[in-house]
Amino acid sequence: MQIHSMHFKQRAGQKLADQRLQQNLKKLSTKFVSGRASAITELDDFEGTRDAAKERRMRAIENLDVWLDTFEREANRRGATVLYAQTAEEAARLVVEIAKRHEVKKAIKTKSMVSEEMALNQALEAAGVQAIETDLGEYILQINGNEAPSHIIAPVVHKDKEEISDLFARVHQRPRLTDIPEMTREAREVLRPQFLSADMGITGGNFVIAETGSVAIVTNEGNEGMCTILPPKVHVVVTGIEKVLPTLEDFATVMRLLPRSATGQSISNYVSLLTGPRGDGEQDGPEHMYFVLVDAGRSGLIGTDFQEMLRCIRCGACMNHCPVYQKIGGHSYGWVYPGPMGSVLTPSYVGLENALDLPQASTLCGECHVVCPVKIPLPDLLRKLREKQFEGRMRPLAEYLAFAAWSFVTKRPALYRLTTGIAVRVMKLLGGSRKRILALPFARGWTRGRDLPAPPGKTFRELYKQRRR
Amino acid sequence: MRVGLFVTCLIDAMRPEIGFSALKLLETAGCEVIVPESQTCCGQPAFSSGDRKDARALAEKFLNEFEDFDYVVIPSGSCGGTVKTHYPELVADDPDLAARMARLAPRVYELTDFLHAVLKLEKLPCGADCFKGTITYHDSCSGLRELGIQAQPRALLAKVPGVELKEMKDSRQCCGFGGTFSIKYGDISAAIADEKCADIRASGADAVVLGDLGCMLNIEGRLRRIGDEKTRVLHVAQVLAGDC
Repeated sequence: MQIHSMHFKQRAGQKLADQRLQQNLKKLSTKFVSGRASAITELDDFEGTRDAAKERRMRAIENLDVWLDTFEREANRRGATVLYAQTAEEAARLVVEIAKRHEVKKAIKTKSMVSEEMALNQALEAAGVQAIETDLGEYILQINGNEAPSHIIAPVVHKDKEEISDLFARVHQRPRLTDIPEMTREAREVLRPQFLSADMGITGGNFVIAETGSVAIVTNEGNEGMCTILPPKVHVVVTGIEKVLPTLEDFATVMRLLPRSATGQSISNYVSLLTGPRGDGEQDGPEHMYFVLVDAGRSGLIGTDFQEMLRCIRCGACMNHCPVYQKIGGHSYGWVYPGPMGSVLTPSYVGLENALDLPQASTLCGECHVVCPVKIPLPDLLRKLREKQFEGRMRPLAEYLAFAAWSFVTKRPALYRLTTGIAVRVMKLLGGSRKRILALPFARGWTRGRDLPAPPGKTFRELYKQRRR
Repeated sequence: MRVGLFVTCLIDAMRPEIGFSALKLLETAGCEVIVPESQTCCGQPAFSSGDRKDARALAEKFLNEFEDFDYVVIPSGSCGGTVKTHYPELVADDPDLAARMARLAPRVYELTDFLHAVLKLEKLPCGADCFKGTITYHDSCSGLRELGIQAQPRALLAKVPGVELKEMKDSRQCCGFGGTFSIKYGDISAAIADEKCADIRASGADAVVLGDLGCMLNIEGRLRRIGDEKTRVLHVAQVLAGDC
């Protein structure tokens, strides 16, 4: 996917002014935040489960090569082919080659953020293969001019029902419906012939299981079954190399947390574990099964401060709870992954120089760390990216000058006393009789939306000295 | 017991009266309070902006100024969080400094935590002229998530006669301040502050009480900008000391 993260400020400004979006984003706190809060109370030992999941994910990441080898061996043993792609482009190329090899004309897809990294649909279309999204949210985006998802599990969270009603009426050329079950039925009617006529199913993979060579797919719509079992000759799984879990037991542990953290469900409507193509005497399943395991920057994080990011299970809790995401939505972030996890992943995968705002655009409130099911210290990682920026001369000159001056003064108490003494007197004057400053030239960002309560004009240290006399 | 008071740069400059409220609370509880004159800033703005070198220099300065006290008290969750949770990491590369910091950090307390957990304060210095009315409490991010400050201020406020706590919706949600974030991304910051102000106003409380100057200036600034002249914004030390 093309990166637009350099336009963060401009995009965020537009999103803040979009009243309809602001209304739609309220769903995050009313649905996801409260849903998670009640779902986690079902577990006797939520903290212990988080620790266990973290540990199991790290066990996989710390010996990633070993577990990938195990996975490949087991998948091969069950008749599947495992391919590795160093880059997102290479991964797209591999999928196109598979499609060509099997003379595929039409591919049906489940939701996959890795396929967004790969810009897979465009690559397939360019090769003459029609790619159809079957996750309802992704389908809506596709028929709306291939719009990008704004959330990793709720791709159309930025839209309301009315907008989708209009879209369906226009694209489906049917009478406009407003009842959600009826709209869903209409989408099913439109998608059903596509499912039946496709030659290839492309799915993401929430995890791949090393000990069995399986892919685990978690959905609420059951479309992964339609994409893999029903008609297609070929099933291609695209996922990141970091998604490997050593055992089914690890998967069970992580599954206690994933739906609860994501949507507040105890378990998602569908959980599929798919192992190998259709065997002799079996009734269903694809004739061929491929795994395309994508690196695209992931292995570069191993052994660095950012290794912890690789245990992410893509639940979206960090963005649901992020005060910044809740105000600007996912499109502002400008690439595949939004919110706190995206603000770490985007600079890591596509280059810090292409995403200079993302590590900065956080209040570091810490809630993302609190809700992360695998305890990724997102605020620390964002701060480390800020260090990289500061040390790599990637910040504006004015910021370096300001910090140089500030640190010169704060290290020298006498000078500090003098400068704060002057500053508070100037600010008191600026505050006037209402005791508040309405505009400050060097802090316009603050005063554009807020007053600055003025100080009383003498510092604590001055008053303390007077009092002690 | 000898207590070193770290006033914080924002209280020193913007709201010195809160420093005196903190002093009063500690002194009436029987502490010998010393305010080292050379103190300036804890370095959090530098630390959060990626300027590790300057943050580290201030961590070392803080260590030299405060390591000899029995306890160090800070009327701010975010400065407290910087000292207690981030200083040890900042000096981890120097074994001598790291050892000294490891001895200091456990003796550093946020004000309400110290009053409640260490001093087990029962009697507050506020008298008949105390604040009276309904309050709602905003949980500041670093205090809450780095130091676990949540029950302490509420337990202390419950001892103030005439104060009734009305919890707002989402009291633990960030107010949008975020240090330099509030200037770099002022519009996003103000939009987040707006949500907080709406929750505060919806609680119907006469005052919002909190424990951090950053949030205080942010919330007060936004309330006044949207024309709310009525809702008072108070530091927890002011209410507990009866100075408001």
